[in-house]
Amino acid sequence: MLEVLQYDFIRNALLAGLLASVACGIVGVYVVTKRIVFISGGIAHASFGGIGLGYLIGISPILGAMFFALASALGIGLITRRTRLPEDTAIGILWATGMALGIVFIGLAPGYAPDLFSYLFGNILTVPPADLIVMLVLDVIIVGIVIVLYKEFQALSFDEEFGTVVGVPVEALYLLLLGMIALTVVVLIRVVGIILVIALLTVPATLARQFTYNLRKMMPLAVLFGMAFTLGGLWLSYVLDLASGATIILLSGVTMFIYFGLSRLSRLRIKAQGNKATSEGD
Amino acid sequence: MAHEEAVRLEEVSVNYNGVPALEGVSLSVAQGDFLGIIGPNGGGKTTLLKVMLGLIIPGQGRVSVLGKPPGKSRKDIGYIPQYNLFDRDFPISVWDTVLMGRYGKTGLFRRYRRVDKEAVRTTLETVGMLKHRNRQMGKLSGGEQQRVFIARALATEPKLLLLDEPTASVDTATQTEFYELLARLKQQMAIILVSHDISAISIHVDKIACLNRQLFYHGSKEISSEVLEATYKCPVQMIAHGTVPHRVLKEH
Repeated sequence: MLEVLQYDFIRNALLAGLLASVACGIVGVYVVTKRIVFISGGIAHASFGGIGLGYLIGISPILGAMFFALASALGIGLITRRTRLPEDTAIGILWATGMALGIVFIGLAPGYAPDLFSYLFGNILTVPPADLIVMLVLDVIIVGIVIVLYKEFQALSFDEEFGTVVGVPVEALYLLLLGMIALTVVVLIRVVGIILVIALLTVPATLARQFTYNLRKMMPLAVLFGMAFTLGGLWLSYVLDLASGATIILLSGVTMFIYFGLSRLSRLRIKAQGNKATSEGD
Repeated sequence: MAHEEAVRLEEVSVNYNGVPALEGVSLSVAQGDFLGIIGPNGGGKTTLLKVMLGLIIPGQGRVSVLGKPPGKSRKDIGYIPQYNLFDRDFPISVWDTVLMGRYGKTGLFRRYRRVDKEAVRTTLETVGMLKHRNRQMGKLSGGEQQRVFIARALATEPKLLLLDEPTASVDTATQTEFYELLARLKQQMAIILVSHDISAISIHVDKIACLNRQLFYHGSKEISSEVLEATYKCPVQMIAHGTVPHRVLKEH
């Protein structure tokens, strides 16, 4: 099995998986606890417009996606904060508009968009070394921001109103958080693709939450779960010859179902034992 | 403090999309006052508190809180928001929750210092929750959570305490305890409590006002049934606090 490590593309894939897990673990904790999963989905899908733009004007589609993701994060943030348009409506509109723009741009672009499919569904085996550098830089930015602004983000996620009253700059922080989600989406696009991003933002953090009630411990735990899913999924996709992005997501989803199934079973068993004990006691 | 007035509102009106939430509300609360404001749901109680916090800018009228325009005095206000406005299961400990109250004294990018931790310890002691400091908020009962939120508001070292429906999640025994705590606190600060529940206004409240878009403020504890009816638009129990607290059910 270890002989596959001699291939550059496998080593790159492993590194990409590890780097992606850092971003999705940390930002995912905020996405899950602040319940902005749908916003994250909107940002991810809107970034497809940037992929299309990249093809059209001949820049890296990842750079285009980063620009679009950040712009749509800012857009969704400002619309939901400053206007009376309901949040989910704003998200839905940006979500579809971004994707439509992507399709139009790709249609206008000369020639054929060869690896379009990999942006949509991810292909961890084709991550170029340059993208690894981008992922590393984005990880460093995200970790740095979270370390410096930990207590601010905690206040924002837990009780915005009280935060406002004690002087936490909640709107700026909220936009920053959405910006970090946008960067995370960019990091994850290479690994699982735009469509599947949302699972890696939610599953590791949700699982981590089952084991700790401490935000500070949730983050490294979520990162570890993310690493297990990306590396495990990569290995499974290699062994079973399946699409890597989809396998990573399926592994996360199945693990989640198994975990909740088992914990439900064990609760039922404890309850049954409790009933038995009381009836014997009578 | 040089000024005696904790809160002064003059002819304050607030509209939401043309629908009036507050109409011509005037109010004066002195330092050391404990004012209870009652009124039906949707009567503008939370709006009134938010006006005092500077979170809502009124369309008309003048507001002054602790001698300053609203918003400027926020760091001297302890605020206890309505109970159901946040996620009960949020992963946060009692200690970290109360530390949030020290944010105004700490600020952006800075870490909490020893004095902040001392303040948290003291306020947790005051509300009797120090021994639970490492527990998770989601694992506490409604009454315990409420005490933590009071501790958090007190950690800001407020001169004015604003409470929005503080007893909604608490049983009667805890309520009594809660009012005794407030009675001790009013030595040091002005307190304004809003609730839709008339029974939430206890013997410890000094003054009562009724709010249903308009404010009926009498500056004393005796409220006539006419005022209550005007507020609630239906016959309600009449309250009269004397030396012995009692309530008289009005015939209807």
